[in-house]
Amino acid sequence: MFSCSALILKQEKLTNDHYLLTYLAPEMSQRARPGQFVHVRCGDTWDPLLRRPLSLHGIDPEAGTLSLLYRVVGRGTERLSRLSEGECLEVMGPLGRGFQLIGREAIVIGGGIGVAPLLPLVQVLIRQGIQVTVLLGARSQEGLLAQEAFQKTEARVEIATDDGTFGVRGTVVDLLQKRLESYSSVNPGEEAKRDICVYACGPVPMLSAIWQICQSGQIPLQLSLEERMGCGVGACLACVCRVKVVSNGENQKKQPAQFGVDAALTSQDWKYARVCVEGPVFWGKEVILDATRPE
Amino acid sequence: MRPGLNNLVEYTKAARFEKAGDKERLGAQSISEAERVNLAVTIGGIRMANPVTTGSGTFGFGPEYAPYVDLKRLGAITVKGTTLEPRLGNPVPRIVETPAGMLNAIGLQNPGVEAFVQDHLPYLREIGTPVIVNIAGNTVEEYAAVAGRLSEVGGVAGLEVNISCPNVKQGGIQFGTDPVMAAEVIGAVRASTQLPVIAKLSPNVTDIVAMAEGVAQAGADALSLINTLLGMAIDVQTRKPVLANIMGGLSGPAIKPVAVRMVWQVAQAVDLPIIGMGGIATPEDALEFILAGATGVAVGTANFVNPRATVEVIEGITTYCVKNGIKDINHLIGWAWKR
Repeated sequence: MFSCSALILKQEKLTNDHYLLTYLAPEMSQRARPGQFVHVRCGDTWDPLLRRPLSLHGIDPEAGTLSLLYRVVGRGTERLSRLSEGECLEVMGPLGRGFQLIGREAIVIGGGIGVAPLLPLVQVLIRQGIQVTVLLGARSQEGLLAQEAFQKTEARVEIATDDGTFGVRGTVVDLLQKRLESYSSVNPGEEAKRDICVYACGPVPMLSAIWQICQSGQIPLQLSLEERMGCGVGACLACVCRVKVVSNGENQKKQPAQFGVDAALTSQDWKYARVCVEGPVFWGKEVILDATRPE
Repeated sequence: MRPGLNNLVEYTKAARFEKAGDKERLGAQSISEAERVNLAVTIGGIRMANPVTTGSGTFGFGPEYAPYVDLKRLGAITVKGTTLEPRLGNPVPRIVETPAGMLNAIGLQNPGVEAFVQDHLPYLREIGTPVIVNIAGNTVEEYAAVAGRLSEVGGVAGLEVNISCPNVKQGGIQFGTDPVMAAEVIGAVRASTQLPVIAKLSPNVTDIVAMAEGVAQAGADALSLINTLLGMAIDVQTRKPVLANIMGGLSGPAIKPVAVRMVWQVAQAVDLPIIGMGGIATPEDALEFILAGATGVAVGTANFVNPRATVEVIEGITTYCVKNGIKDINHLIGWAWKR
């Protein structure tokens, strides 16, 4: 883990409110793994005060660079978007627990800005000889991000938009269902389910729907979560999410009856985990998402 | 790529990535001068190599910041608020950024005193830096029980009694805003420990001096000033409070003037050493508190912004002393009103 001033090599405006920032940090780029994040300062004053956690979208250890795909949502990211090449970025990282690579086939699902951490994941999965299908979703065509970058990889890419302005009209959840159906028709049996893994990042309602499908189909799932963050190193306990407490393999008994409905769970069944340290990537079977929270 | 940028790229690639701690700010001659400056202070019997500790709840149990800071260099480490039983803490959102500050409502999430003793204290003992444990409870008896337990385990230099947490339903701020109850808690802790007792006071009172006098009479050895200011924020899009707990504690540079004022008032009225805190982010901030009358200072929220803030404050205080011919940091305590 490093905390340093990194040289900004590029700041590209992709859409009205999306940017791709590339900076030079040789050692950080060598340590970084897909799914990890960095904690960046958005200026050199005390206002806005806090760092912003951003997923690594590009990891290039050979060039010694890292890139961040981000959306301008407030004063911090707006400040960040005004930094330009040749200036310095105050950055800590790589932080958090990234994705674990398992199985022989992967379905990687990104919604909106949630695609950010998935590009390096897809690249590494392919390098490992894992067969990858990428499902990208957005409200409409303008919201689709980085699709060319995914298409440049050897992954098979499918796209859904809510309004049908690009790809299939519908959601990534529809695409996932179809993909899983064709997978199990080719690879029947319970055993085959251990050879596949679903990776997802995006809005909570999307993650909830994916969680439900994977839970009922007993398909391994890894989710990258987002939460308001303070320190980024596990000290302040601001960015927590609920995870199931597993005791003596009896976790089956303690599964919530229905996803998002966890009123029956008592504090003995769950605890808070830190998104910045234990996450941001969690196994679907361990995490309890709050589907009722407004976006 | 812009002309000139390539040189910078080559320079960055060639340079060994320095851990910022290697950065030496003083020249060779000044290093020996810096070594001659006495930074050591004693706070209620706790001997610290320098005045700088950490704000409870902003530094975890120490190891979280070890990749960024040599923990041996700190004057003390003040760890997360610890209660008798484990606490889950509040639902999210637990924090929200505000102008030059932030609100938090963590709700004292902690593993409980036994888990602290088993899982975290051994690591802290190894460092050798004095460990101050912040303690909290729902009842006077709970405070006393935690204090008693921490007194018998060894490796704890002092107790900071949190009678000012704004984010829990029972205890916390209730004790900290009522002089009688505050004195009762401090008295009970005093009776159950030989360790130095530091009362952490809430700024959410009309008369901070009266609170300080009350806990001094009840047997406190030192004071921590200030905890967070009670505040809230509303999201204009959802038209609802941002924090799940509705209210939270304001910290960061925004509260520094309030904290300096309270240290100034209390230092002149009460004869106890003070650990000043509230928005300290730079050496100059820390010096302001010392000049107002604080013997020690705590860096809190600034750790989130700059993980090396603590050591940078220590280095900056040293530089200030060298430049200004100050041989002993203790000479600066209360300078603003003493001289």
